[in-house]
Amino acid sequence: MSKKESTFLNMVVTLFVITIVAGLSLGFVNQITLAPKAKAKLEKKVNGLKQVLPTFTNNPVEIVQLIKSEKAKDSIEMYPAFNNNEFVGAAVIGSSEKGFSGLIKIMVGFKPNGDVHNIVVLEQKETPGLGTKIKDDKFKQQYRDKNPSTFNLKVKKDGGEVDALTGATITTRAFSEAVKMAYDQFMANKEVLTQAKIN
Amino acid sequence: MAEALNQKQNFFKGIIKENPVFVMLLGMCPALGVTSSAFNGLGMGVATLFVLLMSNIVVSLIKKQIPSKVRIPAFIIVIASFVTIVEMVLEAFIPFLYEQLGIFIPLIVVNCLILGRAEAFASKNNLWSSIVDALGMGIGFTIALTALGAVREILGNGSIFDFKFIAEDANTFILFILPPGAFIALAYLAYLFNKISTKTAN
Repeated sequence: MSKKESTFLNMVVTLFVITIVAGLSLGFVNQITLAPKAKAKLEKKVNGLKQVLPTFTNNPVEIVQLIKSEKAKDSIEMYPAFNNNEFVGAAVIGSSEKGFSGLIKIMVGFKPNGDVHNIVVLEQKETPGLGTKIKDDKFKQQYRDKNPSTFNLKVKKDGGEVDALTGATITTRAFSEAVKMAYDQFMANKEVLTQAKIN
Repeated sequence: MAEALNQKQNFFKGIIKENPVFVMLLGMCPALGVTSSAFNGLGMGVATLFVLLMSNIVVSLIKKQIPSKVRIPAFIIVIASFVTIVEMVLEAFIPFLYEQLGIFIPLIVVNCLILGRAEAFASKNNLWSSIVDALGMGIGFTIALTALGAVREILGNGSIFDFKFIAEDANTFILFILPPGAFIALAYLAYLFNKISTKTAN
């Protein structure tokens, strides 16, 4: 069997067939991975919520509140948490574009009075070993149980109270900014959040 | 020609004599970009190995049907399809690794190692030789990336496969985790690799 000749018709037909087959197989794989992909994403969210919020009994994902803000491109997601119908706080997604390598996205859990309960990092592209330490409990510890109305979220270098990570001041600044954004949104929308319960 | 080729030699050439990273200096973009830890290097290596294997198989099977003037676009479509499949599968089943590798997964498409093997080997050899070639090259690539990642992680972070062996706040050569460290580590590893392999060959 010899190689097909490069006539115009041959080339068109070959490429056509290859793209059709490629497209069909991609569609097929997409079909079968669609459900697991969504599941993996949801699992990550639920795990995050469990970490940042005090004990809750409802499903915060079901009653997510989307709030538009000029500060972020997408609307901000808020997950109100209830323990036996009592409002115990909410998880708010905060983000900042000012990280060392762009976007930092975090989930901050607030208690009803505005105290930070805990924080998890959802997305970041910071320098491994330096900026990625924002994921460590050791770093996040300083935000826990602090109320941003009295706790100055700025880095110490800028006159605030946050200990910056060694070699990653820019990352720390962006992280603090994301916490601040989440806090502002939480306070501004607290009313809506406390009434978000569906029975 | 293909029949006469010694398969054992064919396999090991990808690991030592023609190691894609240390000898041929192919696929430098992922080799420098993702190797900030040994685990990332290993993950990237395995993902590339899979794409390389599948593309070599398909290219070798359809080589007679492809007019030579459109062979490159045809190969690229095959490669891009497998990369997209890898991306979707990783996102669905190993989301942790998917996040770590990020943009470098779609960039496997333009890894010259894969197109290079399709063009230089799979389009001229039979199926079995192409599979052996892909396995050798892929494993060579994986070893190189893991070694590079391990060196950078040990020097830059004081850990190996996320197992920390020095004190939590001890100083490390942070440079090695940053991009310049990738070039430095790669240069020394390539030097050592070539020195040792030529010595044993003599």
